[in-house]
Amino acid sequence: MRYALRRLGFFVLTLWVALTLNFLLPRLMPGNPALAMMGKFHGELTPQSLNALEILFGVDTHASLGSQYISYLHQVVTGNFGTSLDYYPASVSSVIGSAIWWTFGLVGVSTVLAFILGTGLGIVAAWRRGGRLDSVLPPVFVIASAMPYFWVGMVLVLVFGISLHWLPYVGGYNVTGDTPAFTLHFIGDVLSHSILPALSLLITTIGTWILTMRNTMITTLAEDYVRMARAKGLPGWRIMIDYAARNAILPNLTGFAMSLGFVVSGAILIEYVFNYPGVGFMLLQAVQGEDYPLMQALFLLITVAVLVAILLADIATALLDPRTRAAS
Amino acid sequence: MAIPLSLGQPAGEPRRLPASRALARMGRAVRSNHKATVGTVLLALFILVALFPGVIAHDNPSLDAYKPHLGLSTAHLLGTTAYGQDMFAQLVWGTRNVMIIAFTVGLATTGIAVLVGVAGAYLGGLWDSSLGVLTDVLLVIPLFPLLIVIAAYAHGGGTLLLIVVITVTSWSYTARQLRSQALTLRSRDFLQAARVRGERRLYIIVMEVIPTMTSLIVASFLTNALYAILFASSLQFIGLGDPDTVSWGTMLYWAQNNAALQTGQPLWAIAPGACIAVLGAAFALLNYAFDEIGNPALRPVRRSKRVRSA
Repeated sequence: MRYALRRLGFFVLTLWVALTLNFLLPRLMPGNPALAMMGKFHGELTPQSLNALEILFGVDTHASLGSQYISYLHQVVTGNFGTSLDYYPASVSSVIGSAIWWTFGLVGVSTVLAFILGTGLGIVAAWRRGGRLDSVLPPVFVIASAMPYFWVGMVLVLVFGISLHWLPYVGGYNVTGDTPAFTLHFIGDVLSHSILPALSLLITTIGTWILTMRNTMITTLAEDYVRMARAKGLPGWRIMIDYAARNAILPNLTGFAMSLGFVVSGAILIEYVFNYPGVGFMLLQAVQGEDYPLMQALFLLITVAVLVAILLADIATALLDPRTRAAS
Repeated sequence: MAIPLSLGQPAGEPRRLPASRALARMGRAVRSNHKATVGTVLLALFILVALFPGVIAHDNPSLDAYKPHLGLSTAHLLGTTAYGQDMFAQLVWGTRNVMIIAFTVGLATTGIAVLVGVAGAYLGGLWDSSLGVLTDVLLVIPLFPLLIVIAAYAHGGGTLLLIVVITVTSWSYTARQLRSQALTLRSRDFLQAARVRGERRLYIIVMEVIPTMTSLIVASFLTNALYAILFASSLQFIGLGDPDTVSWGTMLYWAQNNAALQTGQPLWAIAPGACIAVLGAAFALLNYAFDEIGNPALRPVRRSKRVRSA
């Protein structure tokens, strides 16, 4: 319980740092960058949305930094991120709502797949130490982990999209020939559009799971209780799964949380390459269109999502590993 | 586990070596480890290309002097871009920008990581807890979106901006590793001895603690350099670098802007990406090799010596 509370406290602290960074960044930049943006839209905005933007970016205000900060926090906590300038007059929150699910589906499914596959391969590689899997996988994935995410996506587009014409590589579904509906046809379309981006994420992230799992597994296999299990004459698969893997998986679970930041940055670039209608693609569009309110909100959204996932992984570790509870 | 004998050097404690001998030992280890050898050769090649690009590429990389969309030929080894620039020259001259970023960020972040990690752990107290919290917070905030936001407010920027921004945000991962290693050192005998001798704290940190951690510090440089390459080229790719710089990331940016894949110029995008991947792999191979050198349990077992115990 103390452990969970401490992690919760850390979560709140990090959230506060992210909010504060978001507040300070446009104000610290030489010549407030939001000023130019506001100029472009000055005639078109209603006084109400203009006011919301002024609070977010600190433009046209004589209030002190402290009182700006308080009204900023109040506005953000109540969920008012202002008006999107690219999608004017839609509010930022309503624009983001549609994109979240695309990213959630894509990143969620491919991350879980990568975790399960990678951990499994790592277990087997460590168990058959020096075997074929163990000598091929690590060097291959050392190289794969150094490849830029977006470039893997581009290669897949070139091979499976442009050269072979096997799979679609633009967007989340066939925009010209399909309307979103809960039909088998549309679901199939969405799935086939997600294969290449998901594969790119899988290729670039699976290596970490394989290598960390393999390495902790090797350390665990040297433990006395594993030798004891062998002495008892237990079948190999039981030693592998119940004795070694069960204990070796905990660091991987913590690593899962730590690596989420990387997965998210990869997903942003992959969505960009595939024009996938998710949060990352929207973030880069907002950057290119200088739609700062949308950009700020997306940054906060991504950060909060990562922090919540880390909190969940922490709680899972605490539930699975009695030592973390005993330590606190 | 060997039983500690009273031979001066307790087992399990890294032997304290002067930095020069530690480096010599590292040199021997590099030659005996395949991953390390391949990584070193690749890295040396890229360094040479970055130092003397004019030797192998005679064309000016920015000059759009040729016909656009030329195919592969002896005059243009990789053809020309849609703007009529020699692609091979761009690739070769672009190495320099990437290497500058990799080495500057790698050195600077490692410097910060050593300072924050080692000094914090050794000094303890309030310093340690505040630096530790700062490290942990930076560690979990997703860096790439943060980098995008900063670069966007700065309206994209040159190489210097990329270097500063990446350095400021990405030191935390290795700082944490160094910190936990330094914490295990804090109560070791040789440091107690130095304290009893009455050495100053700065002397102990610089002359006693840091040399013991040489291999981890080198590893942290390699990690940070790899991230710097990936982060910087990603930012350049999405147009948040200076598009006039000659660099692999900017090549990818222009290739994407001109739909190079769809218009039959795949090399424009594939070649610079492959270079990033190979350079990154060089750093990653060296890094894993150092892991194996530092942790003998992870070294590949020779198949002939394998003993099946099940």
